[in-house]
Amino acid sequence: MKNNLLPAFRLTLVLLVLCAVVYPALIWAGAQLAPNQGQGVTVSQNGRVVGYANEGQKFDRPEYFNGRPSAVDYNAAGSAGSNKGPTNPEYLALVQQRLDTLLLQNPGVTKSQVPAELITASGSGLDPHLSPQAATIQVDRIAKARNLDAATVQGLVAQYTENGLLGPDRVNVLRLNLALDALAPAGR
Amino acid sequence: MNTELVGIAGIYLLTLVLALPLGSYLANVFRGDKNLLDFLAPVERGIFRLAGIDERREMSWQQHMVALLTINGVWFLLAILILCTQGSLPFNPDGNSSMSPDLAFNTAISFLVNCNLQHYSGESGLSYFSQLAVITFLQFVSAATGIAAAVIVFNALQTRTTEKLGNFYNYFVKSLTRLLLPGSIVVALILAFNGAPMTMQGKQALVTLQGDSVQVSRGPVAAMVAIKELGTNGGGFFGTNSAHPLENPNYLTNATENIALTIIPIAMIFALGFYLKRKRLSYMIFGVMTVGFLALLAPAVYYEMHGNPAISQLGVNQSLGAMEGKEVRFGAAASAYWSITNTIISCGSVNSMHDSFMPLSGLTQMLGMMTNAFYGGCGVGLLNFFAYLIIAVFIAGLMVGRTPEFLGKKIEAREMKIAILVTLLHPLLILAGTALAAHTYTGNPAEYAGWLANPGFHGLSEMLYEFTSSAANNGSGFEGLGDNTPFWNIGTGIVLLLARFLPIIGPVAIAGLLARKKYIPEGAGTLHADTATFGVMVLAVIFIIAALAFFPALALGPIAEHFSLY
Repeated sequence: MKNNLLPAFRLTLVLLVLCAVVYPALIWAGAQLAPNQGQGVTVSQNGRVVGYANEGQKFDRPEYFNGRPSAVDYNAAGSAGSNKGPTNPEYLALVQQRLDTLLLQNPGVTKSQVPAELITASGSGLDPHLSPQAATIQVDRIAKARNLDAATVQGLVAQYTENGLLGPDRVNVLRLNLALDALAPAGR
Repeated sequence: MNTELVGIAGIYLLTLVLALPLGSYLANVFRGDKNLLDFLAPVERGIFRLAGIDERREMSWQQHMVALLTINGVWFLLAILILCTQGSLPFNPDGNSSMSPDLAFNTAISFLVNCNLQHYSGESGLSYFSQLAVITFLQFVSAATGIAAAVIVFNALQTRTTEKLGNFYNYFVKSLTRLLLPGSIVVALILAFNGAPMTMQGKQALVTLQGDSVQVSRGPVAAMVAIKELGTNGGGFFGTNSAHPLENPNYLTNATENIALTIIPIAMIFALGFYLKRKRLSYMIFGVMTVGFLALLAPAVYYEMHGNPAISQLGVNQSLGAMEGKEVRFGAAASAYWSITNTIISCGSVNSMHDSFMPLSGLTQMLGMMTNAFYGGCGVGLLNFFAYLIIAVFIAGLMVGRTPEFLGKKIEAREMKIAILVTLLHPLLILAGTALAAHTYTGNPAEYAGWLANPGFHGLSEMLYEFTSSAANNGSGFEGLGDNTPFWNIGTGIVLLLARFLPIIGPVAIAGLLARKKYIPEGAGTLHADTATFGVMVLAVIFIIAALAFFPALALGPIAEHFSLY
């Protein structure tokens, strides 16, 4: 034991420098060449940073495409899923309630058109995406709120749909809403 | 839906394609043969000189273990010291406070033993100093410890009689310089160029498009996440781990991280074959592990892609599968694949919330950790498998009425006792821990109401999962469990320690004892360990010991929940 203690201390110090200083510094230096110098990809509107491209944010106004439910209400200083089990009665009642609200806010949409991801919470609470179907059922509501042609709004959804070569097809909600604002500024 | 299946098949095949040459490379590194990164030799000599270590001094298995435990003890004290004082240390732009002693105890052990159970959330629980000097550091050295322990066993299984099994520091440092550091640099740069932050700046305040004020957490994410996966550690930078969009921004990073966490455990299997020049033995081990892996993977993918029947009853469209707790950019199949690879391998990172998986998917996740030998963690997966292997050799030997031998060495009572103790320790820790928790909870449900996020069968699953994850040194959780309490911090902390070091010492001891014995050349009566028949035998042993011991507990949790749902 004694023969090992001193080498163990000295090796720990050397490796601490290697793994916790040199290595992160190397990656940091490399990241200076990455998009936005490794500070995360931000998105701006009229020169003002309005969010991170990869990180979901809260949209609950009728004139925007609304994202998925979030267990942390899109608080980006934290993150969490709901951690509700599949048979939890309270949880199932909450999903039912979200469905009822959704149908009320989007008249003309039937239950069978509602994709489950729009009424279930994401893993991170910061999911930036919707499925194209989850965006499509919101088109009529948004067109009405912004005095736009429904076909134009649907065109935007199609334009912003990223074809998942391997994963599911998806739409980035923030980018889609930015495009929507560019087309017809929200009245606020 | 089919492209999702193609996606996970692609990820798996690419892993295998990369793991085979990596295995050959690792065998060369640890034999000391010529290899690609030999230009790093002066750096390694520098490290040994600074540390005052003679890396050519050969050690017996006991000396190896003393060296391993001593340096682990140093890391433990260092980690607990930093965590308890991080509030007053530099690099804390968000002003996060120091940890409570019981939480620091749990966190220090948890990262020391490569488990990475997290009873805190990274955004608010750690300073950047702790993220690098405790978390990232321990993620490197704990993975290297596991690999070094496996290499001791490789060395011991050669056809000769010896006490001397190489030098621990040599194996350990080379695991870092020749494998974990270069590999992490590649993975971290891929992550950084795909949008994972790598900055020392604190939270960014901004006003969102619809006008809400928010604070966005960031940090040196890319560097930490790379070793988190490559070292099969699994502890996330952010609270939601690789489900977080800054920790795992897109499908490409998801595939990269998933390959990174699977590749070393698989490469180590091939490395064993190259090292001993017994490739067929590697194929047998790989075959058994792969059969086990696929048997657990298939139900999870099936149930997640088919969605939650209770949600289907609401009349909505569930074509993407069960999406509670999952991210749209990954989808159900890649989330299920990730969850199984992370539970059979003791990585335990998550890209979706396991608590919200269908009951039988949760069961397969738990079984992955209960067997803990299908690929398994960096190095330690093979050690666990080795214990099962010894038991299988013994039973097979008895069945055909011959003295049990493995690779030309006799397996006798002493080795068997160690193997049995190591394999029975695992169910003992899990079942006794869960029983104690369930007993405590039912004794006073009002006082412990904060423990469980879900009622009924699922609540028991949450407690069972936590102890399983601790004993398997996995670190994932049914995160609904309110686990930052003294009971869970101290209880799982003790399980973590026992479940890490005894399963390292046991197999290394067996190998050390075998190495001392006389080598018996193969004869007509030799039991061949590298055949399919013997593979079936090992699989049966794993099933009997690991799976059946847990069946009663699983019946009360996930199985009961399954039948209440379907």
